[in-house]
Amino acid sequence: MKYYDKLIFELSKEGRRGCSLPADGWSGDIGDIPQNLRRQHRPALPQVSEPDAVRHYTCLSGMNFGVDNGFYPLGSCTMKYNPRINEEVASLPGFASVHPLQPDSTVQGCLQVYHELARALSSITGMAEFTFGPCAGAHGELTGLMIMRKYHISRNDLRRTKVIVPDSAHGTNPASAAVCGLQVVQVKSRPDGTIDVNDLKPLLDDTVAGIMMTNPNTLGLFETEIREIAELVHACGGLLYYDGANMNPLLGKVRPGDMGFDIMHLNLHKTFSTPHGGGGPGSGPVGVRASLAGYLPYPRVLPDGKGGFRIGRDGELSAGRVSGFMGNFSVMVKALAYIWTLGKENIRMAGPLSVLNANYVKESLKDDYRLPVDRLCKHEFVFDGLADASSGITALDMAKRLLDYGFHAPTIYFPLLFHQSIMIEPTETESKETLDGFIEAMRQIAREAAADPEMLRSAPHNTPVRRPDETLAATRPVLRYVPEVRTE
Amino acid sequence: MAKVAEGLFYSETHEWVRLDGDEAYVGITDYAQHALGSIVYVDMPDVDDEVVKDEEFGAVESVKAASDLVSPVSGTVTAKNDALDEGPGLLNSDPYGTWIIKVRLSDASATSALMDAAAYSAFCESLG
Repeated sequence: MKYYDKLIFELSKEGRRGCSLPADGWSGDIGDIPQNLRRQHRPALPQVSEPDAVRHYTCLSGMNFGVDNGFYPLGSCTMKYNPRINEEVASLPGFASVHPLQPDSTVQGCLQVYHELARALSSITGMAEFTFGPCAGAHGELTGLMIMRKYHISRNDLRRTKVIVPDSAHGTNPASAAVCGLQVVQVKSRPDGTIDVNDLKPLLDDTVAGIMMTNPNTLGLFETEIREIAELVHACGGLLYYDGANMNPLLGKVRPGDMGFDIMHLNLHKTFSTPHGGGGPGSGPVGVRASLAGYLPYPRVLPDGKGGFRIGRDGELSAGRVSGFMGNFSVMVKALAYIWTLGKENIRMAGPLSVLNANYVKESLKDDYRLPVDRLCKHEFVFDGLADASSGITALDMAKRLLDYGFHAPTIYFPLLFHQSIMIEPTETESKETLDGFIEAMRQIAREAAADPEMLRSAPHNTPVRRPDETLAATRPVLRYVPEVRTE
Repeated sequence: MAKVAEGLFYSETHEWVRLDGDEAYVGITDYAQHALGSIVYVDMPDVDDEVVKDEEFGAVESVKAASDLVSPVSGTVTAKNDALDEGPGLLNSDPYGTWIIKVRLSDASATSALMDAAAYSAFCESLG
């Protein structure tokens, strides 16, 4: 990676321009604007030429790391490859050049994308209907919980304020419940990482609004007792929420609706191959079973009764509005392109291949790294540090060293069930050669931990930025350039 | 191996208690600071707040995770360690010398349900 650390401000030369502007004919009179509201100094904008600007941002982009550069095994994030055909379809003018306030009659094709995507997601998940308002996974969780809350309130069942969350859950689950004004109750995992049904039973009473689960859980293990859990929760009057972050291994194979879930979100930017993180934006559509369809947020795409579609709302039960329009539309186009490119038969291969890749990496490395739960995993798995922990090398040291080998680091220190969690999710889009390269790097790091632990503690060594002081970075981050004040 | 200090009382959630007359200082153990990693923020109750044994009284945030502080005793907060606002890392560098809150105990026999140094040492070892 080429080292480059300039700020655009540092390239600035007084008077340098990228283009010629017409002569300034303005007198400078700013009329009645009061003195205290007038700018005292010229704005400190960078003054650069066009080549300066282009080279600057091209150099910066070369320091970026994404799925287009290399392997990105970030657990629970499903960093699968983003097929180019998705981008091509989404950039068609009929999709890319529309305005959200155009008359419905002029955007029938776009509305049909929402309709077709909802149908595809319904058949993949077993949910009856979807909303596309939520713009990310946690936004979907909040929306789902608002639906859950509205459902109980509309039935005058006002005591239901508790949400049960397993101790292995994604941190967003308890956070979303708290934001929604619900009280979080934790249920413990067994040593194998799955929910302890006996620990769950005493929690179930008429104050429970519902339970939030992801299946497979954050250790990549399938909750085999999910049907019993669903019966117990339903019997006490609660609803089941499915966190779709770990949907990838089940794609086309197992449906949350069939497991007994009532409400769920999907991360289109994980499971359905749309760009993720800085390359987003995200999308967290929420699906519900038929009896809850009336609670979905508005606006929604509805049939117009003439064979076309309209944007509107139906019923009075809706949990409300969760975003300005209907989410990030281009992401819907890309997700539908992904589903239709693969088709019904091939989409069934994505889950099993992601499971195969994860198990291949797990089995290849379990002699060098401590595997707390040694059984067949789904799309991801968790190591708890090195098998030989005597060197004191931490998950952070190993993650930093992986950067030297050209790989993105896995998720570390999550889930919280172990002290040195290293959570690896390879996804189905990686070749055996890529996985073998990663496995060899991980084995090399295990050897280095024994032979030269000091070198690991100071890793990374060949990245543009070395290891920051984590405490200072969290407590006193320097987030912006502070210009020198220029007085006229 | 996590250090354990003699003369203190310990909870299973890795808080320590140091008695001082009818008051007690409360902090987190070496095991806790080691598990958390570099601590960047401490959320403390205010003076005169009530704390209840086995209930949350604040939180510590590290570069790895945020974790609730669980009170090992019941009583009224008489002081909080303001030095932690500027220097949360004190909990890492000197866990047994850095108290978080001081509590006027509502029950003088409050420590009877807690572990002594030897019992806590064995407890930590059982966690591996």
